[in-house]
Formats: sequence, structure tokens, C-alpha cells
Amino acid sequence: MVTSFFNEMYASDGLRAPYQMLEGWYQNMPAEFRALKQAEAEDLFRRYGITFAVYGEGGDPDRLIPFDMFPRVFTAHEWRRLERGIKQRARALNAFLSDVYDRGEIIRAGLIPADLVYRNDAYEIAVAGFRPPLGVFSHIVGIDLVRTGAEQFYVLEDNCRTPSGVSYMLENREVMMRMFPHLFQENRVAPVDGYARLLKRTLASVAPAKCDRDPCVVLLTPGHFNSAYYEHSFLADLMGIELVEGQDLFVEGDFCWMRTTEGPRKVDVIYRRIDDAFLDPLCFRPDSALGVPGLMNVYRSGGVTICSAPGAGVADDKAIYTYVPEMVRFYLGETPILDNVPTWQCAKSDDLKYVLENIGELVVKEVHGSGGYGMLVGPASDRATIDTFAAKVAANPSNYIAQPTLALSTCPTFVEEGIAPRHVDLRPYCLVGRDVELVPGALTRVALTDGSLVVNSSQGGGVKDTWVIAEE
Amino acid sequence: MILTVFHKTRYEFESPVAGIIQSLRLIPAKCDSQKVIDWKVDVPDALIGEAFRDGAGDYIQTVSLRKRVEHIEVIVQGTVETIDTAGVLRGHRERVPPRAYMRNTVRTEPNRAIVDLVQNTLRDAGSATALERAHLLSEAVSDALPYRPGATHAHTTAAEAMNEGAGVCQDHTQVLISCAHLADLPARYVSGYLNATEDGSAHEASHAWAEIYIDRLGWVGFDASNKCCPNDQYIRLGSGLDAQDAAPLRGLVLGGAAEALDVTVLVEAQQQ
Repeated sequence: MVTSFFNEMYASDGLRAPYQMLEGWYQNMPAEFRALKQAEAEDLFRRYGITFAVYGEGGDPDRLIPFDMFPRVFTAHEWRRLERGIKQRARALNAFLSDVYDRGEIIRAGLIPADLVYRNDAYEIAVAGFRPPLGVFSHIVGIDLVRTGAEQFYVLEDNCRTPSGVSYMLENREVMMRMFPHLFQENRVAPVDGYARLLKRTLASVAPAKCDRDPCVVLLTPGHFNSAYYEHSFLADLMGIELVEGQDLFVEGDFCWMRTTEGPRKVDVIYRRIDDAFLDPLCFRPDSALGVPGLMNVYRSGGVTICSAPGAGVADDKAIYTYVPEMVRFYLGETPILDNVPTWQCAKSDDLKYVLENIGELVVKEVHGSGGYGMLVGPASDRATIDTFAAKVAANPSNYIAQPTLALSTCPTFVEEGIAPRHVDLRPYCLVGRDVELVPGALTRVALTDGSLVVNSSQGGGVKDTWVIAEE
Repeated sequence: MILTVFHKTRYEFESPVAGIIQSLRLIPAKCDSQKVIDWKVDVPDALIGEAFRDGAGDYIQTVSLRKRVEHIEVIVQGTVETIDTAGVLRGHRERVPPRAYMRNTVRTEPNRAIVDLVQNTLRDAGSATALERAHLLSEAVSDALPYRPGATHAHTTAAEAMNEGAGVCQDHTQVLISCAHLADLPARYVSGYLNATEDGSAHEASHAWAEIYIDRLGWVGFDASNKCCPNDQYIRLGSGLDAQDAAPLRGLVLGGAAEALDVTVLVEAQQQ
């Protein structure tokens, strides 16, 4: 059982450097003023219309995710290392995707079992042998991190398909700047508002070779009933590109076109926020009405680029995750900067034995699960829950992995009584196109319940603005 | 052998539709067992995109027609020189790793009857090679499912065909794929043409069979419907995970109404 946690604000010798500048701010804040500001923040979020669950984790899509006004702060020094680690990981994951849809060198080298990749449901036979523009498969890589010490970060999981939540990163900052402008005058908080421009530049940089003009980029959404629809329209708006649904696009000849009031317009890059299975009823699920019939043919013959590339999901599978440090060494010849959480694969009999014997101390997850569902947090569960879960693991071991319960760091958070430490995680959004880019910021999720280690918004989590203090 | 093909698919719509969009897998790729002499795919009035080769080595074309139509026709005409390679697929350029063909779809998912069939067939096959096992499975499927047109339909799954106890080439192929997977052999669905031979044993001219991957030998065709391996009477069009995935024509009617489908396939050996 975990007993001590890294507190990001307090060290044994007092306030840690990144938080020193906020001391006066929160200490001098009268309770009524704080309540007023909290109400103002909620009002702003409602007006912006942000009401979706982060990371597609389910729950009520119209519920406002609680916003905690106390920012999470990183020094430039801390961020530099994180940035290098995140970019390194994003490059390695893309190299892996390029490789497994090409010659599969990492499999030939015996470093990853063939069946783990090729029999994976997310491995798309339809794109085997196809190289997308610049060889990039995952253009937006969301990497979920937790911190356990001053220098110790662990990657919990990678998201190579269409990670969501970046609108919170942008809106949290927007709201903070409106409510506390002086904080941003007094402190050198690195801006994150360049994200939309970088995202558009990234998407434009992977336009197909057949595109000989300023690329037409669109954002393809499943529609307004999707829980992240707000984010789709928000990002399209910020980038100044069209937000389209499948029915707004059509395939004719070797290209994909968008219906406009001035007639059809050729589309070069599609930032899709729908899953592979729904992209094209002529290639994948024939009953999908969300996609564009014939799109995969246009894609595979180089008429349009789809971001992320179909098939990118094979890199963010929880069973593949274990091998990411190996990818960094194999493709980049570098030492991994960010560590993986030690993981037991229940498919391996030795690991399974260990997991079943120690299940009370472990976190056990479904290989394909997400959003904190289908997961056991051993130390937080009662005997009956643990026994039921253990039986499920024993019955279908290859569906589960297990990890030690991590001592997630805490950040100061506004609570009823004032300020209290609450556990947090971190999701930065790395962009991969012609360049690999990362804005100095991320989404911080916070477990608002005292002692809780589950930051998912469907289970009582909130969000925070995340600061990186620029260098002098 | 020189085989000529005439393949016409005609769709009739009850009332005019707004158009169609199709993905065609209708051009035979070159390999040791076949070489195209001439080949033409025509869809009157439609725009046909440039053919590209997918990772499985198949030629794919997009056909679109965006105007009100009451019927459309897809006409394929061509001549292919074929050589008997005893079912072995050689000289075929493809990029998909064989182990990717270990996955089942809804149509190849095994049921108890398929599991039993594999167990009963391989029970005494202790030291048999992979190739021998594949042959045994193909024969077993053939015996388990007598050829009976009309017993199944276009969407019948392998499990449903087994319950029915009869089927056509599509069912034989999907059941064999399901069996091969249970025996840890990668397997896939192949669509193509067959020159019906004079003894009357061969079935449909528009045909399907399975390919099973054998280490050191590569992909080998197994035609459970005809209890043989494909020879120079066969033309291979393309492959996929099941009948739908490997379909020569896959399309969507825009603003669609019910359609009547009329398919004519003629395969003949040219006199030399």
C-alpha cells in the first residue's frame, strides 16, 4: 500500500520554487472572492459550451467538468525534460507504425512478438504496405503521464488515434486569463494559444503529393450527438477550417470532395474524429453512415490524407505499450527519457501467477479498456470486489494487464476548507508532421475526492490550468 | 491454358436512384499461375478511378456515378493465360504479413460444430505436416457441407452454414478459413473465376476458394467445393478476410431503392 506521495507544492524544506509566486495570490484570497470567482469560471465554461467527458470516458456528456482554479505549475527546467521525453516517444511510436505496415523490422529482430501486432484488431490489413505522407501515422499523440517524484514521471498510456481533451487545455487557460489577468502579468507563463496554428500547420504539412496548392484541410466529426462534438467545432473554428460530417463529403474518381455553396471543393487533408471502423462502408463496417464511401480507396491511392492514419491504433494498445521503450532504443538509438510503468502481462503464466497472488496491491486493467472502466484498483477495493475481479482475470488472462498502484503526485487544490493536496495526472498533446511540436502546456486532471487516485471525469475528476514558467 | 472471361453485373432499381459508388476488385494481378493478355472493366456513364494495388496485391478501382439512373452495368471482359502451379501462389507481389490472416470476422467465427469438425479431423493427424493438415481440413469441410445452391444466402456465416449442413463455394470457403484458424494456420478468402470443366464436377463460374498459408511454401489455394487445389482452370481476382471483404464488387446505392441483381459470368477455354 502506498503511504507517501510527492507533493508538487511543498518539499520538506518549504514551498517548491514553481509555486512560490502563487503564495500571495491564494493566501490573500478572501473566501467570498473565491466563491465568486468559482461561480464566474463555471459561468464562462457554460457559455463556451464545454461539457464533454475527457478522453471519451463516458458519463453524462452534458455535465460540466469541475474546474479547479489553482493552476498546476512546472518550471522551464522540469518541462524541458518532459518535452524531450514526450517528443521522443511520439517519434518512436510513429517509427513503429511505419515499420509494422512496412517490413516489420522490429518483429524480424525478435523484439516484439508478431502475433501481438499482426493479430491485433487495430492492425489494419487494408493499409499494409501503404506509406502515408512523410511516413507519419499518428499526427496528434496524447501521452498520459503521472508523477511520483521530483524527477520521476511515468507514462500510463499512449493515445495515437484521436486523443481528446485539448480544448480543455486551451479553455482552462482562457478562463484563467480572464479571471486573473494580473497573474499572467506578474508571471512569465508560456502561452498555449499557438496550439491551433501548430495543429493546422501539422495537418497541412502532410497533404498528399498530388496536392499542388494551399491544402484544403477539414475536420470530420461523427456529429453533434458525439460527446466531444464541442471540441470538434471548437478546433475547426480556431483553425479556420470546415467542420464536416460524412454526408458533406463524397468520393468521385480519385479524389474526395466537399459540398459547398460554390460547388464541390477538393479536400486534401481530413482530420478525422471518427474511428477506423466507421470511416468507409466500402472498406470497413458496411453499415456505417458516419463515414465517406470510397474514402479508403482515395486515401490509399494518394488522393487525400487521413489524420490520424487508419491503423494507427495498433501502437497504443495496452499490450503494445510495454514495448515502447524498446521502440525508442530500436528506431531512434536513444535511451528512453520517460519510463513506462512496470507492467505484468496476464497472458504470460508467470505474470498471471504474480498478479493473482498480489492483486490486492495492484491496478488491473483490461487490455482494450479505457476511461477507468473495467479496471480494479486493488488497494481501494473490498475483498469481494477483488475476488470477483480475480476470477475474471483467471478466466481470460490475455485480456488483462496489471501495474503497481502508483503514488500519484498531488497538487494544491481548492477545497471547502481552503487548499488541500489532490492527486493529478497530465496529458500533453504532441503534434507530428514535418516537425514534431509540443506547446508548453497540457491538460491536468485532478481527483477531487480526498485520497482518490482516479482522475477520470466520469468518476469525480476535475481539470486544472497547467503552467510552464518561461525562462528568464 | 488461355481463358476468356465475360462477366456482367446489372443492377436494376425500382425507381431511379441518385447514383452509385463502388469499389471494384475486378482485375487479375499477375503471378506465376496467371498472366493477363487483355482485360477491360467498363461501367457505362460512370467515372472509373485509376486502379491501384493494395497491400494484399489486388487491383482496386473506385467507380462513381452521380446522376439519376434506373440501372447500371459493370462489364468485365478479358483474356488470361493460366498455368497450373498445383494451387501454390507464387510471384504475387503483396505486403500483408500472413499472421494478420489469423483473425476471424463475424462470418468466419467458429461455433461448436466447427470446433468439433477440426478436432475430429486432426485427432489422428499427430505428425502430419501443415500442408497435410490443410488438405485434411479442406476434405472434411467438403464432406461436411454437400453442395446445395439455395441452402444459404449471401450473408450466411460459417457457423450458420454448418448448422444448415449444406452450402455453396462461399460457405465452404468461410468454414475452411474458420477451421484453418483453429489449427493455427493463417487463411483467407479468394474470389475469382473458374472454367467449368466438361465432367460437370465444377460449380459456379464466379467462384471462391480459400488460401492457407504454409510455412516455407507460402499461400496455397484449397477449393473445398471441388475437392482440389486451384489449377489452370482458375483465375484469381483478389483476397480478403471473408466473402464481403474479398468481394469483387462492393458498393453503395445513393438514395437507394430496392434493386434486382442480374449476374452473367462466362468463362471459356480458348482453343489453341
